[in-house]
Amino acid sequence: MNLIDRYAQRRFLRASRAAEQRVGLAGGIKWALRYVFPDHWSFLLGEIALYSFIVLVGTGIFLTLYYIPSDSLVIYHGSYPLLQGEQMSEAYRSVLNLSLSVPAGLLFRQVHHWAANVFIASIVLHLVRIFFTGAYRKPRDFNYFIGLTMLMLAILEGFAGYSLADDLLSGMGLAIAYSVAMSIPFVGAQLASLVWGGPFPGNSTFWPRLEIVHVLLIPAALAVLITLHLAMIMRQHHSQFPGPGRRERNVVGTPMWPAYALRSIGLLLAVAGVLFLLGGLVQINPIWQWGPFHPYLSENGAQPDWYIGWLIGALRLMPNWELVIAGRTVIPNPFWGGAAFPLFVFTVMFFWPALERRVTGDIRRHDLLERPRDRPMRTAVGAAFLSWVVIVFAVGSTDRIFYRLGVSYTTQIHVWRAGIWVLPLVVFFVTLSACRSLQRSGSHPLRAWQGNVVRRSADGRLEVLSDSPDRVVPPATEPPVGTVPGREFES
Amino acid sequence: MSPEDQSPVTRGAKFVGVLVALRAAARAVRGRAPGSPPPAPESDVDPSRRTVPANPRMEALVGVLLVAAAAFGFAFTVIYIVASANTQLLGIAMGGALCLLAVACIVAGKFVVPQETHVEERGPLLDEEQTEEVVTMVGEGGEGISRRALLVGAGGVAGVAVLTASAAPLASLGPTLNPLHQTPWARGVRLVDDQGRPFRAGDIHIGTFYTALPEGKDPESFGAGVLVVRLPAEFIQLPAARRDWAPDGILAYSKICPHAGCAISLYRYPTYAPTSQVPAFTCPCHYSTFLPGEGGRLVFGPAGRALPQLPLVVDGEGHLRAAAGFHEDIGPSWWGVHRAQS
Repeated sequence: MNLIDRYAQRRFLRASRAAEQRVGLAGGIKWALRYVFPDHWSFLLGEIALYSFIVLVGTGIFLTLYYIPSDSLVIYHGSYPLLQGEQMSEAYRSVLNLSLSVPAGLLFRQVHHWAANVFIASIVLHLVRIFFTGAYRKPRDFNYFIGLTMLMLAILEGFAGYSLADDLLSGMGLAIAYSVAMSIPFVGAQLASLVWGGPFPGNSTFWPRLEIVHVLLIPAALAVLITLHLAMIMRQHHSQFPGPGRRERNVVGTPMWPAYALRSIGLLLAVAGVLFLLGGLVQINPIWQWGPFHPYLSENGAQPDWYIGWLIGALRLMPNWELVIAGRTVIPNPFWGGAAFPLFVFTVMFFWPALERRVTGDIRRHDLLERPRDRPMRTAVGAAFLSWVVIVFAVGSTDRIFYRLGVSYTTQIHVWRAGIWVLPLVVFFVTLSACRSLQRSGSHPLRAWQGNVVRRSADGRLEVLSDSPDRVVPPATEPPVGTVPGREFES
Repeated sequence: MSPEDQSPVTRGAKFVGVLVALRAAARAVRGRAPGSPPPAPESDVDPSRRTVPANPRMEALVGVLLVAAAAFGFAFTVIYIVASANTQLLGIAMGGALCLLAVACIVAGKFVVPQETHVEERGPLLDEEQTEEVVTMVGEGGEGISRRALLVGAGGVAGVAVLTASAAPLASLGPTLNPLHQTPWARGVRLVDDQGRPFRAGDIHIGTFYTALPEGKDPESFGAGVLVVRLPAEFIQLPAARRDWAPDGILAYSKICPHAGCAISLYRYPTYAPTSQVPAFTCPCHYSTFLPGEGGRLVFGPAGRALPQLPLVVDGEGHLRAAAGFHEDIGPSWWGVHRAQS
């Protein structure tokens, strides 16, 4: 250690002692520095969601300093020539000015929008990983419930966010949301009037309400839930896949300091960097092209942000059933696709851990994850359920498919009204047999090659070269067979 | 072969066949190895290790990456000052700086700092003794209380009352529901375009649709927008009660879809009679399709009721006016929606 290093170390020690005399946390910090993270790429999905949230908060603070939550009608005289003289809400004008006049405003708005899409996408992928590896089992079921709650909040938050712009596209989305709220049996009209402050498009208190929901209430709830989520993970430690040295009652991996911290900070920066590149280079939601919202206007070929697609699909797929009893509309149609469908999907997910415990009778604590193939039934049911939701999601794009490929819209809807029940069954049986055949063969479909590099010595003896504990060393009774095509190993 | 022709043997064989098929299906679902799956494989290898890379070349690479990130970072500030409207350059600068920093961190984390695989034991989560002690300690807080039921009951009631009281003002967020039944349309209101110019019957041509608003009323109100079309007589088959709602073949309908409240903006008019379908309105949100010639009847899509029709008259000056307000509620349905008499 040279002189400068020694000096720096001494200063650091002095600063640490000064801090410790006041807070006394060295024990906790020591524990945190040695906290072990098991390495697997799929564990990063949740981290991507967390880091997207950080980017969302940062860019969101910038945006909220410019946004005006007001439905007052104003005449536009800003820098965008095509909207000159248009009557629009003050909210829409403020987002136009933020995008087109505030330096770097469009960059931040587009990064924010991209981050929202990536945030929810990574939560969904994280959930898929959690489900198919059985990570929701005891003791992690509480945390799984917190995660599902955060997913619901995130979808609501995203929708509230892009609705704030009050452009033509988001106004149509709000009209649909209002209709879904109205469609709730018995209390829908009261609820919708409560939220909107009157019949659609609502009175002028609606916009400040929507803004507070988007910038304070839901983000605060998410922040609390994220804290709980992480605290619970730290208490229980991460789950891990089976592997060398890995047991139910230990956790094997990289300690937080220094390697993991650097890599994780690297991931945070990578997420932020990619989001800034997307926000700078890939246009998203160009609201000046949609124009201002008026209830009597709409645009054709409208598509919401991706995470609303499954609700649009459900609303489109649903036949025109409406339950009317004695002149009272008990269940208006949008209830099925817009409320009952997502409610059902989330209810199934919330009850799954309990359901599985009941079926398998397994109430033990599990810290080792399972490969999807080793639980064919769970994997098949999950894949079928996922395909069911994904089909509904895809139906949200039927008009785009008609536009691009010319397949009649009505034909598509009629086909999918049947396909929605047939295809998941097919997925179920295909997944079941795929899991079983993978279980038998032991092969790994995602790795191009899994074997051992061997060397044949002059006397014909085969010697395994790889010393990695991750490599499967074949039993001595069986001679190792197979080499990489085109690659010979000579002694 | 009719059922009576079957011998008991045939029927028995069929029954057995069905049973076998059912059992095969059940086995396919349950799998060949019923019962709980084998426990997750545990391994007793000790994977702990620590290597110190001592890799000056990688250190140099990290240094280069950090300097490059710094260059991009400075570039952002420069671009912000000289070309702040250039979103692409700003994005490349900031995104580039962050991505380079990310690569520097990851390279440092994997190739510069000590690499360690560490094993940590997981303690049990449930500590029986402590849990019991907690329960006992909480219980001891109620020592010597004889009227426990009274206190718990009264406390519960007080809690519910206070919660209700604090939730009740939520109701003041919303006004009464009466406005849901109101639209700006009434007898005599003229139809105008979005610039306020009144529509004349002669302005309405066959083959296209017009958006009309009520003269002198709030155009932003939900029920304001109406669709106006003119149809040749062969396409008009209105119910008897609506015979005089369409003067000169001009029809008006609420523009708000009775499914989910979007404005209807697609109009289909036959251009080649032998293959085309009758004129129709389609909502661009969920593609509910309504026939203007048949009183707004739904022919496709999820809407639960027909498109509300506005009765029209042509006044002495040739202007279009509403003959009356809507006879049913416009917009999405709810519990108390007034539906058309059919």
